[in-house]
Amino acid sequence: MHLRKVKEFIIERMIFLSGIMSIIIVALIFIFLLKEGLSIFWRVPISDFLFARNWYPISDPPQFGILPLILGSILVTAGAGVISIPIGIASALFIAEIAPRKTKEVLKAGIELLAAIPSVVIGFIGMVTLGPFIKDLFHLSTGLTALSGSITLAFMAMPTIVSIAEDAITAVPRQYRDAAIAMGATKWQTTWRIVAHAARPGMVAAVMLGIGRVIGETMAVMMVTGNAALIPHSILQPVRTLTATVAAEMGETVQGGEHYAALFAIGIVLFIITFLINGVADIYLHKTKK
Amino acid sequence: MKKLIIETRHLDLFYGSFQALTDINLGIEEKNITALIGPSGCGKSTLVRVFNRMNDTIEGVHTNGEVEVLGENIFGPEADLIALRQKVGMVFQRPNPFPLSVYENITFGLEIHHSRSKKEFGEMVEQSLTDVMLWNDLKDRLDRSALRLSLEQQQRLCIARVLAMKPQIILMDEPCSALDPIATLRIEELMQELKRNYSIVIVTHNMQQAARASDYTAFMYLGNLIEFGNTKSIFTKPVQKKTEEYITGRFG
Ligand SMILES: Nc1ncnc2c1ncn2[C@@H]1O[C@H](COP(=O)(O)OP(=O)(O)O)[C@@H](O)[C@H]1O
Ligand SMILES: [Mg+2]
Repeated sequence: MHLRKVKEFIIERMIFLSGIMSIIIVALIFIFLLKEGLSIFWRVPISDFLFARNWYPISDPPQFGILPLILGSILVTAGAGVISIPIGIASALFIAEIAPRKTKEVLKAGIELLAAIPSVVIGFIGMVTLGPFIKDLFHLSTGLTALSGSITLAFMAMPTIVSIAEDAITAVPRQYRDAAIAMGATKWQTTWRIVAHAARPGMVAAVMLGIGRVIGETMAVMMVTGNAALIPHSILQPVRTLTATVAAEMGETVQGGEHYAALFAIGIVLFIITFLINGVADIYLHKTKK
Repeated sequence: MKKLIIETRHLDLFYGSFQALTDINLGIEEKNITALIGPSGCGKSTLVRVFNRMNDTIEGVHTNGEVEVLGENIFGPEADLIALRQKVGMVFQRPNPFPLSVYENITFGLEIHHSRSKKEFGEMVEQSLTDVMLWNDLKDRLDRSALRLSLEQQQRLCIARVLAMKPQIILMDEPCSALDPIATLRIEELMQELKRNYSIVIVTHNMQQAARASDYTAFMYLGNLIEFGNTKSIFTKPVQKKTEEYITGRFG
């Protein structure tokens, strides 16, 4: 009896510790980012860093304006959202509500498979197939554009959106469906007007998490967006994202130098963006559970 | 004798290979309250769900025999499920308003069945909430989520949502089982009001409720219709021995 209590106690503590540990690690990462990155703001005021139009980190004197990178990230992400949200939500509704059981299982397995493809592979496929295709389609000098990035990233956001939205739709109680059908609603009216409505908080969370994945994605975008740190004027131009910049340039920097600090400051910006997005997603997920 | 609104002839129903209803022959009169009673699992829910063909949503259900609702063979090749369910509303055991506002709960049915103007919607909402005696309580809170109402209000709203579709028959499957005794009595009063304009079929496992609130009672046992008749005579001088045993509380 006593022994069992001790065992319970130890197990409880261990679970508590591992929970705490993940928070501590995140906090440490953030502190590390701040420590390495904040020094850039001695040289460049925050407003210049965020809103100046030029990113020339190795010219003399260097210019550290991340506006083109922010716009690059926004453009690619928004494009990916426009593609992946409608398709993702529609697939989730189809899988959860309409597909016969067999089809449903096949589709779910397919989506999981899509999620399991490493991003570098998706980027590679995008680079060798999508790039040339877009180049020919729009008669461009290069096919590595924001649009190619958006399409590639849409493939990466889709599994997250579909699987989380599908869970939310499946969790809608049967009694709502019964009520609608008993009132003479068709399958479509029931699905669209009642089920999708009831699952909306979960679907918003799915979208946020999918988009969160897109914003943080590095490898694939680096391969397909062309990496030009210019303010984009159209979705058919090459762009460079925040993440790609850090990944591409970190190797060339001197530890402790300005450029190094600027890349860490980009890390801080990314951290805050993802944190906010996940926060909103969380709020919506909790709303669904209630 | 009033007109029959529901007639079943030699109705059998199977869930897969399990027979849940056996040779049900029943005629239900209009503008009355007909109670289905019997021990749990005897097929009461299954039978009411035949009348609006809700069993269609369950895989592997099949039926034999004929069922006429409002003069139409509901299993016939020309049966129109959507029209049937507009004429035959259903109220469920647990109040299940949609997770929408009070107003939208009522307009949902209108939008499905009638392409009316928004102005008429307003009138219909007021009318149907008044009919279930909710209008005074809710007229200032029509945009509130229906899930925030009390259980009794939710169940009244579910009835109002059915009334708004202008049905002729209302099926109720143990509509009071989630409510307290006072709310139960008030819903029974409401049913007495409604029977002037509607025909009601209510499933209940509460014999007092059947005795108090219904005009006709059907007693079911193990998927069979044992006895059907005037509520008073069923409860005072039942013909079948099983019925007598059940209403005197010897099993169930
Ligand atoms: N979806 C179903 N699948 C298989 N059997 C069912 C299903 N629903 C009900 N049954 C069975 O049919 C019989 C009648 O059920 P039901 O109509 O719910 O009874 P009641 O409403 O009188 O309690 C029960 O034996 C029950 O187990
Ligand atoms: Mg039942």
